Amino acid sequence: MSTRDLAWAAVALALMGCAGATVTETPNLGRTATPAQIAGWDISIQPDGSGLPSGSGTPAKGAAVYEQKCQACHGVRGAGQPNDPLVGGKGSLASKTPARTIGSYWPYATTIFDYVRRAMPYLQPQSLTNDEVYAVTAYLLRLNGIIGESDEINAQTLPKVSMPNRDNFIVVYPIKPAPR
Amino acid sequence: MAQPERSQGGVPRRQFLEHSVVVLASGVLAASAQRAGAFEPPETPLWMKSPGAGMSEYGQPSKYEVSVKRTGIASRPGTTGSGASRTPLEALDGMITPSGLHFERHHGGVPDIDPAKHRLLIHGMVRRPLVFTVEALMRYPRVSRINFLECSGNSGVMYNPAPPNLTAGQTHGLVSCSEWTGVPLRLLLEEAGVEPAAQWILAEGADSAAMSRSIPMAKAMDDAVLALFQNGERLRPENGYPVRLLLPGYEGNMSVKWLRRLKVVSTATMTKDETSRYTDLQADGKALMFTYPMEVKSVITRPSPGRGLSGAGLYEITGVAWSGHGTITKVEVSTDGGKTWGAAALVPPVLPRAITCFRMPWKWGGGPTVLKSRATDNTGAVQPERDKFIADHGNNAIFHYNAIQAWSVEANGEVKHVYA
Repeated sequence: MSTRDLAWAAVALALMGCAGATVTETPNLGRTATPAQIAGWDISIQPDGSGLPSGSGTPAKGAAVYEQKCQACHGVRGAGQPNDPLVGGKGSLASKTPARTIGSYWPYATTIFDYVRRAMPYLQPQSLTNDEVYAVTAYLLRLNGIIGESDEINAQTLPKVSMPNRDNFIVVYPIKPAPR
Repeated sequence: MAQPERSQGGVPRRQFLEHSVVVLASGVLAASAQRAGAFEPPETPLWMKSPGAGMSEYGQPSKYEVSVKRTGIASRPGTTGSGASRTPLEALDGMITPSGLHFERHHGGVPDIDPAKHRLLIHGMVRRPLVFTVEALMRYPRVSRINFLECSGNSGVMYNPAPPNLTAGQTHGLVSCSEWTGVPLRLLLEEAGVEPAAQWILAEGADSAAMSRSIPMAKAMDDAVLALFQNGERLRPENGYPVRLLLPGYEGNMSVKWLRRLKVVSTATMTKDETSRYTDLQADGKALMFTYPMEVKSVITRPSPGRGLSGAGLYEITGVAWSGHGTITKVEVSTDGGKTWGAAALVPPVLPRAITCFRMPWKWGGGPTVLKSRATDNTGAVQPERDKFIADHGNNAIFHYNAIQAWSVEANGEVKHVYA
């Protein structure tokens, strides 16, 4: 065996070694996150309510917040214009002009709290207090006839709210059914 | 082909602009407009008679290409940053989209993020929650891959009962393709130590909408990348600088930009953008949820509306095809409204979950006809005719439209969008 052959054998062995390796070495530069760091950033709410903060609100309190912070974009009592309507559309989903609103379309009430807190009002996201977010959530649910006038929305009651369109979603991950 | 010929140097700027309007308005006039100021042989061109411009620190496209720009820019009422812009597909040729022309879809504008101050938090169902600086991420082993990103609302206007009077970019330009380079997400998840019961990851951006989506753990551990580079340079701000998620083949909204947080969880979070949006409402009022991979799709970019023909003769039909399920194996083109089909040439490299360019020579006899393209991928999926697609899904889905696109060629060479 020539020197060249030996060199090639070494390369081949090295390549086999690489092919067998499944673990990629990394520099492990993540710093352990403290509970306080996590608490400050963890704003997402799961559909079972985990992540919901303390606090509460009623439709009446929410109406006041809505008129001040939301109405300019979403219209009087959520009627819409210039941006999305937040009420109505019940029974329209199979029509030629479906209206996808919180009441007619959204499957989980927890999404209202999550989204309003993280992204609304558009020009001042994450500016509402938790009580204000609960109150606006209660007001929107009331406008859609989903809760009563005096119902209080908090971390316990919100995940129990039954959304009218909840059962009309077909989860297709990981398998998408063939078109009918 | 009616690629508008640009006016040449030596033409005063104002005259050039006037010419441009004419050129764009009609391909037939292009030749005469170009001849007006041209340096025909034997005259020596003006630009050979003195030295040209010096070097530059960051190059820009030719000033004669100023009309090639993102198109269909629209934002929600009262906002400038909650909307989309589209890639002008009809003006480009190649699998890679220039970074400055990559489509945009923002929900709360483009944040101005100082990379030194940006952090990524990984927490939830992990052994050790971790915070990463961008500097730290830059030290991890990287992978590079060429992948398209397509907004799942791309071509959503095609659900309308009447064909829209729009260009190829305006209907199909919410797709772009780049070389993405970054850290496999799996490496960071392994460092944090994911608990066995964890099935999903909530991904959240550092934009004012804190845009968030649930990512299946299987995808995260498979080919998900934390992209730091796009086409060889650091990400553009509008594409998620300094770090974004990249989920090859999945609907674009899931590749969360300006990534700041990954929460490992047991169930999907059911965020606004995976419930009230990006769910596909079917004709019966039920909605499909978690329709992740973008389906096999193609569109002819030339000829196309605004890119008409200037008289009978030989032309090259060009277009783009892609599939979130894998690799494009075939693109067929019909020049007689779908009666007969011929295989177009695929331009190498043909890569999985990447834009594949196709070409086919075509002798136009000068009569009216309809052009179509039909793509097939390596899973055997074939682009459906629009009639079939609408019959299956209805007109209300908004998202995941992938039917065959038809362009009508008129006797005068003009190209219009038709449902045929």
